[in-house]
Amino acid sequence: MTTTRQEQARRQVSARDDGVRTPAPRLPRRVGRSTVLWLTVLTTGALVFLFPFWDMLVGALQRHTDPGPGGAVPTPGNLTLHNFTAIDHAISLGRTLLSSGIFTGGVLLCTMVLGLLAGYALAVLDFRGRGSLFAVVLLVQVVPFQLLMIPLYVLIVRAYGLADSYLGMILPFAVNPTAVFVFRQFFVSLPRDLFEAARLDGASELKILLRVAVPLCKPALLTAVLVTFIGPWNEFLWPFLVVKDAGKQPLAVALAGYISDAGRGADNPVGAILAGACVLAAPAVALFLAFQRHFTNTNLGSSVKG
Amino acid sequence: MSKATVADPRSRAGSRLRGSLPPLARLVGRQPIGTAFVTPYVAFLVAVFAYPLVFAVWMSFHDYFFTAPGAGVPHPFVGLDNYATVLGDDQVRQAFLNIAVFLVVNVPLTVVLSLVLATALNAKIPFRSFFRAAYYVPYVTASVAAVGVWLWLFSDGGLVNSLLGPLAPDPSWLVSSTLAMPLIAVFVAWKQMGLSVLLYLAALQNVPRELYETASVDGAGRLRTFWSVTVPGVRPATMLVVILATIVGANLFTEPYLLTGGGGPDGASASPVLVMYQKGIEQGDPDVASALGVVLVVCVLAISLLSKRFLERGDR
Repeated sequence: MTTTRQEQARRQVSARDDGVRTPAPRLPRRVGRSTVLWLTVLTTGALVFLFPFWDMLVGALQRHTDPGPGGAVPTPGNLTLHNFTAIDHAISLGRTLLSSGIFTGGVLLCTMVLGLLAGYALAVLDFRGRGSLFAVVLLVQVVPFQLLMIPLYVLIVRAYGLADSYLGMILPFAVNPTAVFVFRQFFVSLPRDLFEAARLDGASELKILLRVAVPLCKPALLTAVLVTFIGPWNEFLWPFLVVKDAGKQPLAVALAGYISDAGRGADNPVGAILAGACVLAAPAVALFLAFQRHFTNTNLGSSVKG
Repeated sequence: MSKATVADPRSRAGSRLRGSLPPLARLVGRQPIGTAFVTPYVAFLVAVFAYPLVFAVWMSFHDYFFTAPGAGVPHPFVGLDNYATVLGDDQVRQAFLNIAVFLVVNVPLTVVLSLVLATALNAKIPFRSFFRAAYYVPYVTASVAAVGVWLWLFSDGGLVNSLLGPLAPDPSWLVSSTLAMPLIAVFVAWKQMGLSVLLYLAALQNVPRELYETASVDGAGRLRTFWSVTVPGVRPATMLVVILATIVGANLFTEPYLLTGGGGPDGASASPVLVMYQKGIEQGDPDVASALGVVLVVCVLAISLLSKRFLERGDR
């Protein structure tokens, strides 16, 4: 009884103390408690989400990988870059990275040129069929790739003979529909007068596009690049179907092949696999961390909502 | 949110204005050059989406097999034969059952955890952008790279089993016919969670403040408020998360191919797309694989519509 009364008194005092500093006396204490609770939840979550990446890095740098809990702690004497040499020896990082780069670069180039053109026209220009085309842009975002996999394989590999070619890899991904949507949304948000003024000055539509729209669209361009990049860079299934020639396989496909073979020919196969995983994951993660504020929920939300 | 951005008032105003234009402009629009700007994209859509889509459906009703390019071999119409083959195939049935297991594990896990994490992120707490980024990193990482680590973590003598000690499952996770598919569902939940957290975060910011105030005035506790205000308030996001999980589940290939070594053990973690790959490309039956693709897409559409119906009912 006495303790409760004391505590009550103390609470009243502290409440009065708080009251001097803040208008809502009891609020800071409650917020404080729930902040601790939420921070605990979030930190636990972050540990679960990030631990595999930590383990990937530590495992890739160890001479002898330890599958037990000790393997997650880097020990100075055990550190080495040998695993990176081993994976390079097995699947030639230079060649596979170049292939990933050509595949991703080709998709980015097509998406930025053709997607920008289409997104701009859909947002700014008045032409026949615009409404139905926009409906199609939304629709193709939900067309599942699994239905298209077999006919695209038959067409591209068998009918057009594009097996083992970069063109065959790039073609189905050439224009990312999400990027078209990002461009369209960006140009819709610009004031209409901008384009009308240029038209009144007698500028041609092509000139307006190149002189007015393109210089303004950097933020949309960046978002579109980020959204588009992770598609081809991380893609496994399609290049796996199209490219059987080891000299042209992108890193994701070559590493998957190496994993299937359980790390043939390496004295530390797990270390070599993890080193390859680090190299594959690094560019996408680095790009995301560098530009993470451009990965806004509105962009992604609208893109997946289709 | 999407409705506000998608429905563009200007385009409607534009077409209404078209009535007062000269006849030619009324026919082709005020800036007909727009047609030229979109032509490459339309050509791409026709070549990569429309034509293959029609081709897939056509193939599923015909006897189609691989031939040398240019060889004029007839492909006779076979009606529903390919569909009968698909539906009578044990491997296919197993793969669809596996996806059901996947959804049963993945959907509740994703919905509950991402809603809790999004609620936590929505509270005024420090390091918000760090946490947001942390949940999103697996989403931008290549599946192949992530699988490399998970293979190691969940291997027989791996970290997870050594932490579990005597509780470690035998046979181990990836080679157990009961645990392989649930583990794939957990992997996918881990990898995709960042996206659903973002979707829920956006939805939480759209729940009207007054509802929380009313609940507080009515004396509802924190859990009660969460259950009666937050959960119904984010229902559209829940619908989207369920539909996305269905699409991801239907598209599953890399995980069963690599994580469980080709849908093992004994097909217990095979996905429909993996079976499609085996039948269509490895065994050379693209017609049967196409029929499987059509069945799969119909199932995805049905589940999407059902979840839409089910989750929207509360709003009416």
